Amino acid sequence: MLKLQKIDLYYGQFQALFDVSISVEQGETLAIIGANGAGKTSLLRLIAGAHSAGSGEILFKGEEVNKRPAYEMAKLGIALVPEGRMLFPSLTVEENLLVGNYVRRPGPWKLNDIYKLFPSLHERRKNPSSNISGGQQQMVAIGRALMSNPNLILLDEISLGLAPLIIEEIYRVVKQISALGTTVILVEQDVRRGMNAADRVYCLLEGKISLTGRPSELSMEEVSQAYFGV
Amino acid sequence: MDWLNAIVQGILLGGLYALYGTGLSLIFGVMRIVNLAHGDFIVLAAYLSLVVTQIAGLSPFATILAVVPLLFVFGYVLQKTVLNRALTGNLLPPVVITFGISIILQNALQLIFSPNSQGLDAGSLETASIQLGRLNIGWVPFITLITAIVVLAILQLFLTRTALGRAFRATSDNPGIAELMGINSRQIYGIALGLSLAIVALAGILLGIRTNFAPAEGPARLLFAFETVIIGGLGNLWGTLIGGIILGIAQVIGASFNPGWFQLAGHVVTLLVLAFLPSGLFPRTREL
Repeated sequence: MLKLQKIDLYYGQFQALFDVSISVEQGETLAIIGANGAGKTSLLRLIAGAHSAGSGEILFKGEEVNKRPAYEMAKLGIALVPEGRMLFPSLTVEENLLVGNYVRRPGPWKLNDIYKLFPSLHERRKNPSSNISGGQQQMVAIGRALMSNPNLILLDEISLGLAPLIIEEIYRVVKQISALGTTVILVEQDVRRGMNAADRVYCLLEGKISLTGRPSELSMEEVSQAYFGV
Repeated sequence: MDWLNAIVQGILLGGLYALYGTGLSLIFGVMRIVNLAHGDFIVLAAYLSLVVTQIAGLSPFATILAVVPLLFVFGYVLQKTVLNRALTGNLLPPVVITFGISIILQNALQLIFSPNSQGLDAGSLETASIQLGRLNIGWVPFITLITAIVVLAILQLFLTRTALGRAFRATSDNPGIAELMGINSRQIYGIALGLSLAIVALAGILLGIRTNFAPAEGPARLLFAFETVIIGGLGNLWGTLIGGIILGIAQVIGASFNPGWFQLAGHVVTLLVLAFLPSGLFPRTREL
């Protein structure tokens, strides 16, 4: 459903991605692993339309979408859960979720489904979103993305800075989202976590793809070599 | 001096200033632009109303139906064609552009309408008043205050209860993230300036009915709008109403001692607020 071919991404003079090609099929869960600064977030933001590639092709559902603005990509069915949650601080929890539904794409996710998925959000729904715990903020960020009923959801470092129990809960939800047929691309620094959740893995090293494969077919040695480049 | 009367007249005047301040506050809140042509748009609206009354023979109140949509469209187009190009994260370009628009508007109005002051003729309503004991409440100032309250209430409902209103607030918080939610921030900015100028249209028409206006009077209106927003706290809707009322009361009380102190008293109150409560009386909980 999504295919990136020979992507180069630049920030001014700085090149963040080199000749990156990845593809993901409908319903698949992909993990992108790599060290800090490897280009994982850039790759997700590129797919979401927040950046545009200097060269290469991005095909989403068979359509060339490179250089389309982010707000159009959201309408096409791509939702990004950004690194650091990035909720709208002056909006309440519920208002944040409702903003996710701005594109009004039809689909299974309604406000009540999000509260069923994350029951602790329901009692906090009138709270300012800046006034809830980090785990709850991450839940709102995921819920906000689901409210657009995306075909493809991009999860950027959703476990960062959270307690292990909360991470478990959030990854349980990721499985549920995936089970509904939504395609998932997740970026993780926690390699094990990423590989456990994914059908396939791409490893990024300094803006290049250093390894790809199914988690069961990759040895930890291969992965650590691709991760650290040593 | 009659304190009660001064306070009541000040509150009524505050309604007009709240209308001035609301449009200014709205676009600063949504896109962090300071619109230096704001006062000139108020004067422009008064002149547009004048033209419509002359062409169509309507009462100035009826011209609201023409001038408000006209200025909405004008604001939307101005934002989409000019100001959106200047949104580079740098505060200066929009300031320079709106300063330029201010100069163009003042000179164009002088060229077309002459520098002489004119007024809108609302007939006997202009001088009609409600007698409450020893208080004299003019109908036009009263209608202005009610208009301000209604505009603020509608704006608040819009911002909190509608999807577009939430998109306004989300864009104000973080335009980049709002775009990821499918919100076209430039479209939002266009609508925001449209709404701001629609409110300005109301303010301009009510100003024109209340008093005479001239092409060069825009900057003074801008100053009152700024003072209203500074006193009330930027980005706080109802604070704008209170800010306008405090400014109005200060001016009326100042003028009752000496007519020349009308503006001075307002400036002094504004400076006091700036000195002791730089975020205004009712700041938003989050710093802008």
